[in-house]
Amino acid sequence: MPLMRRPGTVLAMRYAAAIVLTIFFVFPVYWLFIISFKTPDEIFAFPPVWYPKSIQFANYRVLFKDGDAETVWNSLVLAGVSTVIAMALGTICAYSLVRFKTGGENLAVWIISQRMMPPIAIVFPIFLLYVFFGWVDSFHGLIILYTAFSLPYVIWMMRGYIEDLPLELEESALVDGCTRWEVLWKVVFPMVRSGLFATAVFTFVFAWNDFLFALVLTRTEVVTYTVQVTHYFGGQSNFWAKIAAMSVLGTIPVFFAVATLQRYLVRGISMGAVKG
Amino acid sequence: MTASDRGTASGMSESTASAMVGASGVATPAGVAPDRFFKYWLIVPAIFLLLLVGLFPLIYSLVVSFQSLTMLEMDYSFAGFTNYIALFKDARLWESLLHTVIITAIALPIELVVGLLMAQLFLERLPGRQIFVSLLVLPTIISPIVAGATWRLLFDNRYGPINQIVGWFAGEPMPLLWTISPYLVYPAILLCEIWQWTPFMFLILLAALSNVDKSLTEAAEIDGAGYWRTFFKIVLPSIWPVMAIAILIRGLDLARIFDIIYALTAGGPGTMTETASIYAYVQGFQQFETSYTAAMAFLIIALLTALVTWAIRRMGLAK
Repeated sequence: MPLMRRPGTVLAMRYAAAIVLTIFFVFPVYWLFIISFKTPDEIFAFPPVWYPKSIQFANYRVLFKDGDAETVWNSLVLAGVSTVIAMALGTICAYSLVRFKTGGENLAVWIISQRMMPPIAIVFPIFLLYVFFGWVDSFHGLIILYTAFSLPYVIWMMRGYIEDLPLELEESALVDGCTRWEVLWKVVFPMVRSGLFATAVFTFVFAWNDFLFALVLTRTEVVTYTVQVTHYFGGQSNFWAKIAAMSVLGTIPVFFAVATLQRYLVRGISMGAVKG
Repeated sequence: MTASDRGTASGMSESTASAMVGASGVATPAGVAPDRFFKYWLIVPAIFLLLLVGLFPLIYSLVVSFQSLTMLEMDYSFAGFTNYIALFKDARLWESLLHTVIITAIALPIELVVGLLMAQLFLERLPGRQIFVSLLVLPTIISPIVAGATWRLLFDNRYGPINQIVGWFAGEPMPLLWTISPYLVYPAILLCEIWQWTPFMFLILLAALSNVDKSLTEAAEIDGAGYWRTFFKIVLPSIWPVMAIAILIRGLDLARIFDIIYALTAGGPGTMTETASIYAYVQGFQQFETSYTAAMAFLIIALLTALVTWAIRRMGLAK
């Protein structure tokens, strides 16, 4: 039956295209990972070694021994703390915007427009301010900046999730004598749990992946893994193993984070334009 | 019923007010702050922080840009428009803006079209689709600086796999200097940029295409509309709102592109791949031209704000 064969051919061609595309998009990530497991001889082999003979962790051990891996911890603290604060402040702000229409449409638009601010133009005046306060190379300085920079995203996303909530439960909680804060804490937060979680993961990833703010506002104490990677860039390619191993250390948490919220992925990256 | 409750109810607008009216009959427990200001308490901390990064840099840049400060010399006297005139005459600035525009003008359409084609490919049932999609999303979620570092390793002229693969096709070893040669730096940057962000477009457009009403496209086909006609008359209009936001997000990211260029070429060779963000960084943090950089920061904010406002209006996002 020729009709049966044609869909089969089409499917095979679609598979071929899908595989080629996947190879193109995954190969660089694969290359990064295997370099981190290679011995120096394998890294600097010509022609290149396409897969390592054995997996060895010496490149990682060096990072931990020299203390470079601490930068991953710094990233974790900065991204983690700023995410928690941004989620708390952003969610209550979003609640106010949705339920009480505080500030009307204008305030909401102003908030999202802050997301569009160019980081380089923000970080320069902030740097001068931090020099004045002595906040350069401090955890709180960067946490404040990350929090502030995450807020538009959190408010925008949580606004969408809160709009999806039914009003009845909040009303009956008020009738039952809950204060407004109790309503927020006992009714609203539990109901937007999954939205909160998804938004928090994305907020974390954005802060975790930041480079420019950390580059400008850190020196030695709170250097993040992204800045540390660039420290290995020197003229020679001696530090390949370190570049790769440090990058992998910084990438694995993100893979895990995003894998936990497949369902919210598109809504998260499209800033709510697509509701999953 | 307390006055504070009535205040809250009247502060709410139309639908919310009527929906919440039953609640306003409840007495506020003693000792609890009147909740007339509740809605403002909720937004105050967030707004304060937003002003810190939103308004403060703008005002501070504006003030400093009318002085002539450098990191070494604290000259607070009023300098008038000196810095802005210098900006206007600064060929390196205009070139950096041009570089930014070139990268955006090439990368954005490619990401959009390739992303759309990929979305079409995965739109219909394809066993194992979820696995493909999960793998394809990897580039988009890693840090741009890591993406740049990765491609730096891939592009290495001797030990990188790219020249090896190019060599297979050329039939002889090809020691191409991807991040150094004037002819190859732009292809290198664009390749990295497109590699990282095409999956972003793909994911969003795949979701948008999945939400297109099947009955409309089927009806169009029954009426004899061809594939392209159906696409442009029915599919495109219905995915446009989502597509417009994807374009806006990517377009703005490209306009401020910094990380992958810092990782790959650092603006070189010379200033050939210097973008606006890279140039501002060089002026501010390597040449320590405080006031000049402030003027530039102000100019960049003004330009981007104009661009965003125009784009939002043009795309009909303002509603």
